[in-house]
Amino acid sequence: MIENFWQFAYLLAAVTIILSIKWLNSPATARKGVQAGQIGMLAAIIGTLLRHEVVSFEWIAAGLVIGSAIGVPLAYLMPMTSVPQLTALSHAFGAFAAALVGTAEYYQKTPTGFQMFALVIETLLGYLTATASVLAFAKLQEIVPTRPMTYKGQNVVNLSLFAIAVVLAGWVIAGGAPAWAFPTFSALSLLFGVLLILPIGGGDMPTVIALLNSYAGMAAAAMGFALNNRLLIIAGALNAASGFILSVIMCKAMNRSFSNVLFGAFGQVQEGAAAKTSAKPVRSASAEDAAAILANSRKVVIVPGYGMAVAQAQHKVRELTDQLVKRGVDVQFAIHPVAGRMPGHMNVLLAEADISYDRLHEMEEINPEFSETDVALVIGANDVVNPAARHDTTSPIYGMPILDVDKAQTVMVIKRSMNPGFAGIDNELYYQDRTLMLFGDAKAFVTEIVKELPKAA
Amino acid sequence: MSTEIELSIYVFVLAIFLGLELVQRVSPLLHTPLMSLTNAVSAISVVGAILITGEGGATMLSKILGVTAVTFATINIVSGFLITDRMLKMFKKEKSSK
Repeated sequence: MIENFWQFAYLLAAVTIILSIKWLNSPATARKGVQAGQIGMLAAIIGTLLRHEVVSFEWIAAGLVIGSAIGVPLAYLMPMTSVPQLTALSHAFGAFAAALVGTAEYYQKTPTGFQMFALVIETLLGYLTATASVLAFAKLQEIVPTRPMTYKGQNVVNLSLFAIAVVLAGWVIAGGAPAWAFPTFSALSLLFGVLLILPIGGGDMPTVIALLNSYAGMAAAAMGFALNNRLLIIAGALNAASGFILSVIMCKAMNRSFSNVLFGAFGQVQEGAAAKTSAKPVRSASAEDAAAILANSRKVVIVPGYGMAVAQAQHKVRELTDQLVKRGVDVQFAIHPVAGRMPGHMNVLLAEADISYDRLHEMEEINPEFSETDVALVIGANDVVNPAARHDTTSPIYGMPILDVDKAQTVMVIKRSMNPGFAGIDNELYYQDRTLMLFGDAKAFVTEIVKELPKAA
Repeated sequence: MSTEIELSIYVFVLAIFLGLELVQRVSPLLHTPLMSLTNAVSAISVVGAILITGEGGATMLSKILGVTAVTFATINIVSGFLITDRMLKMFKKEKSSK
């Protein structure tokens, strides 16, 4: 009975993990999905502990206890604005675990043929994702500068290192490789992770985090092939598919290809176009003016961006929303897919501030409504509202789907200064007659508006 | 190619398709929780880590690497599920009327 129990547990785990992703499709069932996932993971762990191959438990118990002791505070102490960092860090932990298992297997079992091939892939993706995620974490936390770091011949260096790694991998798989081959291969994998993230700028983080998510899943699936364990294959494949879809969505939302994101083409654009910031006149307004206009409108659409997250303005935005709603103004939110630093980042922040999720709208859903909108209030977003993306074929962001805020009666943009955004290009939206620039920190300015609002007629 | 491997490849391909179908249905509203949940799921590698650590013939090297892997994977599982739940708890609809 116990002999076969683990197989049953694995089946249960596979089913519940599939259900957990299925239930995540809507907010109504999502929490049930998390519970299903937890049951699945528990079944997988208990099932594995009961397998007859597992004979000693002290070390395992120590790992489980220490891991939980670190994991629990990590999840509860991280502020919601740090979710992208925490996600990057977790990718690193998961991937590193996979790589370490691969390394241990290599030395203990030295498999051959297909299993060795899987082991090599597992180790490569594991180490690569681990260092890449740590660097992504450091960039998100701004320990390391977020701008893309590029140098001449970067791609040549990367490709030749990759070629060396492929040769080493082939040698290890074929058998008879010297003792230094596998450690060198592992070191190169670690190095790749760093090289992959160096040229990535802050605005590309959503794509990259999604991609790392996918790699972590692939590493787990590869481990499944190496250990001939189908539960690992199923869970890893689901995760890989999920990360892949998310990165495709992010790439589409930026009108860029995978290779474009990965080889950091934006790095060069930045210098050329940045100089173009013109001295054209803009109209600016005070918080008092802004409050008066908002108070007298019927429909307001708020467009949040990374600037809102940086300024931690989401709670003030909610106060503003509450006040306007009380006055009978229809307030909605327009969320661009790449707003923020990871997929869905803005939604989480607004939900944290207790803004009802039926006010949050995707780009395709809200775009037709801008022509009937009195005020579009842009808070810390830039490139995603640049009309140049629609008509200026010379613009680096030409073709990128944007939020059509310029079609609203009045556009108000809260922004620190006239500095261009991530893509380093000037935004013609700011020079329109209908646009009012509200210069200041997002949080401070929204607070001001909230203060002025009761006085407005 | 042995039937074992063939079967594993079938399972893998089907799981990828299933994943693509399931994830396309997830509302963009929940993309961040989706990512943190799948991230916790990827820590299923804890299974491999337990096996390599607890095996009868485990060398000291295996044990050290294995226990580190168990620890890291557990951090990932625990924090992944907890933070996903913490986020999902925040998604609320306004009570009935507008």
